[in-house]
Amino acid sequence: MLERTASMDRTATVDIPAFSAEPLLPVEVKGLTLEIAGKRLIDSIDLTLVARTVTMVMGPNGAGKSLLQRLLHGLIQPTAGHISWGEAPISQAIRERQAMVFQRPVLLRRSVAENIDFVLRLKGNAGRDRRDEVLEHVGLIDHARQPARLLSGGEQQRLVLARALVLAPEVLFLDEPTASLDPASVQRIEEIVSDAHRQGTKIIFITHDIGQAKRLADEIVFLHRGRLCEHTPADRFFANPSSAAARAYLEGRIVL
Amino acid sequence: MQDFGEAIHLSLQLVVSGDPNLLEIILLSLQVSLIAMAISCLIGFPLGALLAISRFPGRGGVLVVVNALMGLPPVVVGLIVYLHLSRAGPLGWLGLLYTPMAMIIAQSILITPIIAALSRQVLEDLHNEYAEQFRSLCVPMHTMIGALIWDARYGLLTVALAGFGRAVAEVGAVIVVGGNIDHLTRVMTTAIALETSKGDLALALALGVVLLAIALSVNALVMALRLTAERYAYA
Repeated sequence: MLERTASMDRTATVDIPAFSAEPLLPVEVKGLTLEIAGKRLIDSIDLTLVARTVTMVMGPNGAGKSLLQRLLHGLIQPTAGHISWGEAPISQAIRERQAMVFQRPVLLRRSVAENIDFVLRLKGNAGRDRRDEVLEHVGLIDHARQPARLLSGGEQQRLVLARALVLAPEVLFLDEPTASLDPASVQRIEEIVSDAHRQGTKIIFITHDIGQAKRLADEIVFLHRGRLCEHTPADRFFANPSSAAARAYLEGRIVL
Repeated sequence: MQDFGEAIHLSLQLVVSGDPNLLEIILLSLQVSLIAMAISCLIGFPLGALLAISRFPGRGGVLVVVNALMGLPPVVVGLIVYLHLSRAGPLGWLGLLYTPMAMIIAQSILITPIIAALSRQVLEDLHNEYAEQFRSLCVPMHTMIGALIWDARYGLLTVALAGFGRAVAEVGAVIVVGGNIDHLTRVMTTAIALETSKGDLALALALGVVLLAIALSVNALVMALRLTAERYAYA
């Protein structure tokens, strides 16, 4: 299991950093705007996300979900507005306390074990125990010596999740990690994400899968055309969406 | 002047019998070109990686220059190295002119741009795939360069062999700075040029056969490496 503090005590040879004293959450977004080539892709979003919840980001294609995640993680810079993680602007130190899993698994051209080792070494935590622990957790310990790119799609995504979780991030961004996976793989990924959430990791998860959102979400952030349409508890969103765009989306109608 | 059939017969005899002169020339050629390739890889790979991942004003211009340097005329490189290493040149005190070291320097200058430009292409493709993940993981620049070079190792081996192929087949630079001195700086290409001009086609042809065999071997090795890499999904 990926217990952030307990596992540190249990595996003395592995030094995984505990949460910093400075709280990362809540994250406050004010007037967040992104324009590319004169086109406004994220439009004046105000948003506050608190710790220890699963936030599902939903919306039709082109709504700006992935861009919002990348802005929050500091991979791209906004045109206007600002983001405060625990009252501090995004920085490398903050990004190091977060992790991101992309829709298409990005794997090093190395073995499964070496993909984990790379991240551990990066943070000065070369420890085989920790690596094996995380591979065991995601069910890939038997594939440790196999080339990562020979894994199935579901296994690759689990490996990417393992690599993200091995340093016990406080915030985990997931950009449609289960898109195009079979139901069994989806279930396995959801279990791993739920475990991380139970350990206290803040989850910010993009999905188009309404069933998945119902299973996992504490709250929904619904975007449409770069604007924030709704930010509500999940049960309320699914029972009674307040925006016409969200209603159309949930009914499977084309959202224009 | 021998007739063509006799020349081929004699050349095959030289190859099969392991003629000492022939072997000496072949070994020196391989030694010079392999060392030049190693030096060029040490410079060219990190340079290619740096160009692949850096974004700076004027990068386009630098890429144009590096790509243009791939077509450096060997004789011009030889002349420039000659001017530096000759007794009156700034590096004349080293006494390297007409030594294998001078040939290594000339070949290194010739193939470093090739290795840098080709590796830049290989590494840029890989970097495009890794870039966002590396930014997310806050991977420092030197680790990024090391990771890209290691992960692209099969592609880069192909690049290195392409550089070696260019070096071993080159004649203009090594003849200027090496002088084609028997038992000292005579390599396959300069020997072929000399023996052809003397009309002794047997040795020239024998060396030509060996050069062709090396070219074929290099290509076969490249193909084998690619297949191995693809089989293990490292490509």
